[in-house]
Amino acid sequence: MKILAMDTSNHPLSVALVEDDQLIAETTLNLAKNHSVYLMPVIEKLMAGASWQPEQLDRIVVAKGPGSYTGIRIAVTTAKTLAATLKIEMVGISSLALIAANVATINPDLLVVPFFDARRGNVFAGGFKYENNRLNNVMPEQHVSFEELLIALKQKAENVVLVGNITDVFKSQLEPFDSSKFKIAPASATVPSAYQLALLGNQETPVVDIDKFIPNYLRVTEAEAQWQKLHPGESKQSYVREV
Amino acid sequence: MATRNLILAFETSCDETSIAVVEDGKTILSNIVATQIDSHKRFGGVVPEVASRHHIEQITRCLDEALTTAEVTYDDLTAVAVTYGPGLVGALLIGVTAAKTVAFAHHLPLIPVNHMAGHIYAGRFVSEFEFPQMALLVSGGHTELVYIKSENEFEILGETRDDAAGEAYDKIGRVLGVNYPAGKTIDTWAHEGNDTFEFPRAMEKDASYDFSFSGLKSAFINTVHNAEQRGVELNKQDLAASFQQSVVDVLAEKTDRALDRYPVKQLVLAGGVAANLGLRERIERDMQERHPDTKLIMAPIKLCGDNGAMVGAAGYVAYQHQQRAEMNLNADPGLSF
Repeated sequence: MKILAMDTSNHPLSVALVEDDQLIAETTLNLAKNHSVYLMPVIEKLMAGASWQPEQLDRIVVAKGPGSYTGIRIAVTTAKTLAATLKIEMVGISSLALIAANVATINPDLLVVPFFDARRGNVFAGGFKYENNRLNNVMPEQHVSFEELLIALKQKAENVVLVGNITDVFKSQLEPFDSSKFKIAPASATVPSAYQLALLGNQETPVVDIDKFIPNYLRVTEAEAQWQKLHPGESKQSYVREV
Repeated sequence: MATRNLILAFETSCDETSIAVVEDGKTILSNIVATQIDSHKRFGGVVPEVASRHHIEQITRCLDEALTTAEVTYDDLTAVAVTYGPGLVGALLIGVTAAKTVAFAHHLPLIPVNHMAGHIYAGRFVSEFEFPQMALLVSGGHTELVYIKSENEFEILGETRDDAAGEAYDKIGRVLGVNYPAGKTIDTWAHEGNDTFEFPRAMEKDASYDFSFSGLKSAFINTVHNAEQRGVELNKQDLAASFQQSVVDVLAEKTDRALDRYPVKQLVLAGGVAANLGLRERIERDMQERHPDTKLIMAPIKLCGDNGAMVGAAGYVAYQHQQRAEMNLNADPGLSF
């Protein structure tokens, strides 16, 4: 089975071609540049290098968020359009699970907690454990302040490994906590690998309705949140209609 | 060997997800338009992040429907065209990304299209184009007079220095308690009232072909607020008629002057506000009286708003002129001619 996997949910961009769990080609950029400019050229180059034609692809695997809203949409739009137009399978994998997979397999005793900076002291985070040869989500993915996250994690039975970019602010917030309880993964573990993404995606059941597939933003927009506050219970199923 | 030129065209620059299939640049085989207007009405205007989220929900469904309705397959297609600017960057990116993906997947050329050229080419579904040509483009985001010396050669003669005409409609609509988008209601009221307030005609005597609507907007708002303070109720129909008369006078006057200076074979009236009946009636009358040798082409009302078909028609011409984009095509929110 030929898999094309891609992630653009944060600063790094990663694309891989994987066949029967073997890596054929992978490119990861960490330029903090516009994913719209780089994603398709990288896909094109890898496919040409491997002599793969688009029609030969069997499955697209995409990191579906959370992360940067615009970033996630680049890969998800590419993935859902490719899958829809080629009539092939598609799988969406959590962008947090993708990072967790970098350390979880070799640390089965630890609670692996990947996080992405969501600004204003907040993060997108979730808890994962590697059990029964699978990566399992054991703490729901959420948008939460880093401090609240640490307080919640303190209550957990297992030791925790944090996987993400520890800014100076996060570092000072972490200081009061027991350092034997919280480990920090090396920076190399915070970089997503689309090869890893393909392996995770190979274990999952494909999306049934590709048209309805959307990123997992973990947050409604500010405008929507305010409107919902002022108009409780008035939200409609769909606001889009054909004319 | 297929002899038909079939272009699959994407348009997602604002709050419409639209995909169309256009044959030979002049026949619409399908034109799927999914509008988000009911969503943005809640906020009194288009919220960019909300717009981007709706686009990604709609994009593949519209794609499938465009091909199914047109009764064509990917093998029949000649090229993929896409609006890459101007517009909202996050919204544009959905169309650009999807268009690139389809072009890559099916080994098709990719044609970059300027959204404003798209609006002009809505007129192509009414008549053959002859050059030199002039276009008056009036929409929620733009007000421009464009001189088209020959096919695919666009030059802006004048544009708005502040608010676009459509924007001014929405802003004064809010003052009158009309929900976004206000254009249609103001147009209807204007037909029931009279120009009794005589608002300023901004830059009407200015030598340039530029427009300005912020002064008119302020004068309008001041008039309404002063009356409110005095406890006087003003006639909404007359207010609408006076506002519209001022907008239409300025648009018509500048167009008239540009046509005197740059004689052309055709004038194209297009863009969202070109659906305004007051504007259509006025331009039609002016052209008959003052420029009888210039043919007026008014974009069909249902193609005045954003749609993929107009992008397909403009893309057809760009295709003939060998315009191609690579896989690194990006959205350009501030794109200009």
